[in-house]
Amino acid sequence: MKLTGAEIIMECLLREGVRVVFGYPGGAILPTYDAFYQYRDRIHHVLVRHEQGASHMADGFARATGQVGVCIATSGPGATNLVTGLATAMMDSVPVVAITGQVPRAAIGTDAFQETDVTGVTIPVTKHNYLVGSIEELAYTIREAFHIARSGRPGPVLIDIPKDIQTASTEFVYPEGEIRLPGYVLPKQASDVDIKAALKLIAEAKRPVILAGHGLIMSGAVNEVRELAERANIPVALTLLGKGAMPENHPLTIGMMGMHGAAATNYAIQESDLLIALGMRFDDRVTGNLKTYAPHAKKIHVDIDPSEINKNVKVDVGIHGDLKTVLRQMLPLLESKSHPEWMARIRDWQEDGSERDILNYDTGDKLLGAQVINDLWKYTGGEAITVTDVGQHQMLEAQYYPHQRPATMLTSGGLGTMGFGFPAAIGAKFGKPEEEVWAIVGDGGFQMTLCELATARQENVKVNIAILNNSYLGMVRQWQEFFYDERYQSTPMFNPDFCKLAEAYDIPAMRVTRRDQIAESVEFARRHDGPVLIEYVIEKEEIVYPMVPAGADLDKMIRRPKPNEVKHG
Amino acid sequence: MADNGTSKNTLVALVENKPGVLNRVASLFRRRNFNVDSLTVGRTHKDHVSRMTIVVDVKRADARIIAANLKKLINVIDVQNMSEQPHISRDLALIKVRTDDVESRNGVTLICERYPARIVDIGTKVAIIEITAQEDIVEALINELRPIGIVELVRTGVVAMGRGIRILDTDYEPLRFGEAANNGLERYGV
Repeated sequence: MKLTGAEIIMECLLREGVRVVFGYPGGAILPTYDAFYQYRDRIHHVLVRHEQGASHMADGFARATGQVGVCIATSGPGATNLVTGLATAMMDSVPVVAITGQVPRAAIGTDAFQETDVTGVTIPVTKHNYLVGSIEELAYTIREAFHIARSGRPGPVLIDIPKDIQTASTEFVYPEGEIRLPGYVLPKQASDVDIKAALKLIAEAKRPVILAGHGLIMSGAVNEVRELAERANIPVALTLLGKGAMPENHPLTIGMMGMHGAAATNYAIQESDLLIALGMRFDDRVTGNLKTYAPHAKKIHVDIDPSEINKNVKVDVGIHGDLKTVLRQMLPLLESKSHPEWMARIRDWQEDGSERDILNYDTGDKLLGAQVINDLWKYTGGEAITVTDVGQHQMLEAQYYPHQRPATMLTSGGLGTMGFGFPAAIGAKFGKPEEEVWAIVGDGGFQMTLCELATARQENVKVNIAILNNSYLGMVRQWQEFFYDERYQSTPMFNPDFCKLAEAYDIPAMRVTRRDQIAESVEFARRHDGPVLIEYVIEKEEIVYPMVPAGADLDKMIRRPKPNEVKHG
Repeated sequence: MADNGTSKNTLVALVENKPGVLNRVASLFRRRNFNVDSLTVGRTHKDHVSRMTIVVDVKRADARIIAANLKKLINVIDVQNMSEQPHISRDLALIKVRTDDVESRNGVTLICERYPARIVDIGTKVAIIEITAQEDIVEALINELRPIGIVELVRTGVVAMGRGIRILDTDYEPLRFGEAANNGLERYGV
């Protein structure tokens, strides 16, 4: 059967299981959009309002489902608008395939209209990319791209397709055979030597801590890590993206680590004699000062990416492998243990932490971000998929919305991309239509991608937008308060009336100024079929505690004074 | 660590001979802030495989991390650290020196006799000396010629190969697209 390049793209997408793509048309991708018209019953195209939104939607879809998310854009400005989304997906290892139109082959290199060297631009922010050279290699290239995006350590892959290849036609035979990538070898089993070395350290440890990262979720190893923790009685600390790798109501889960992690968790890491790092990469936000990081601890590091092992933290046992495979090798040989003294020590730190929990303070009439998140957790039964933006609300979500299931808290961790939350939530809802999806965003980040309100309304996608509005770039303001003597340069925000804004987009909206309205706001959100916007007008100068200042020792946290010490401001 | 007591390691990478591969490698070294001393690339006896020799200064990140990052590039087939094994390494330099008086001409001739170097071009003003040798020997020659007056210099950068039966090769055969693919789709399993 003779097909055009554009039709081959459709056939390949269908064979990869793609049913929804997020994109924006333009000259160099128009032939492909014409094919979307022809395939519109089988592939749903979501028209975004800015290509960055498409890249975050594909990312949110992928994080929620574990499948590859697909975004599409035209050449030049369309493609460069994807870059932030690709970088976000790259940092957090999210499988995304981006398809971009390119000027016709004959025009490449001539500074043609809307020409950008997109493969050149995206080399550092993609796992791999392609400029398709001929229609004959198109189908194979797409197949290879999806394989690379979803396998190993997942990541974004971009395919740049010149317009004349989209319009050319060829006899289409789908390449079913093996994918031949000589330089791309996926890890198999870990060596017995390494497994035994790791088990020996676990058997000898008195104060072990598991550091559970995103890799556990992507590998589907949440049951395995739970079994490891339970059988060897090891407390589990979570990275931001590791939230959901262990149920947070599990007695062994001791909460998030790092810059805004639980103090008890950071103390436990610093006091530990063994860290078992699983699918995490010792980011600076997690370790604080590397020179003083977990000074008494031996370290085991299991990661699918060998270049992560010994990158930031030198380890005693480094295992290159898929977590599910490696943990399944370990578990049959793992001996039961218990660490009652160690657990009791951690409980003491945790009690001290509870005493300093803002929810236990008398804060009068103020509506605090922490209260909003806590109550959203309560009224959604802790079961929603929450997609956050970046900033204070993100850290408050991590602290006050415990998740029990993997892939239910989606957030831009590595890149810290403001503007991510709302479009990613739209993508997540397309991936998980049966789940309740909340975009939890700040007033700053939301305004970076709020044009997607139109997308949400046009698709009538049921996403609840919770804006925590403090009329500040709150996290930056917090840094200015702590480290720049309260010089609030460029952090106070004039904001639009978000409810009127929603109204302009024909989206129901509600403003909440008191804590006793939060339950009602959740009810309000649930009453409507399509997108709903709720603005929570919160205390302007809230602080996220605890905080490890950038580069400080992990246990040198700025902590909230206890109620009897200082009146909370 | 590295041979001859320096912090330099010689990595050899087999890469797919495709457009943009050098760009990917260069981009990796730049964004990871790895220090490159020299990087050479050339074809091998297989037209679909190229070979790079990269001399890195490993003060910042150890060679293992650099190799692991190189290996992560999809088009990089294999990476070996030559500094961890017996190997032959060669650098080629063309050195143009001043030879506009008797003293300099004699000096150049005498110096070259003590090196695996030869004079490949000589005139009344300048001469070109070619040397192919280990990097440190090339350095030594350059230093000896310096007082006479080097006016131009080019080096290829180091290439290296493991000694004996340490063979770095790949049996990978690429997919052929275009007409071949049209006529013989079975080549990629269809």
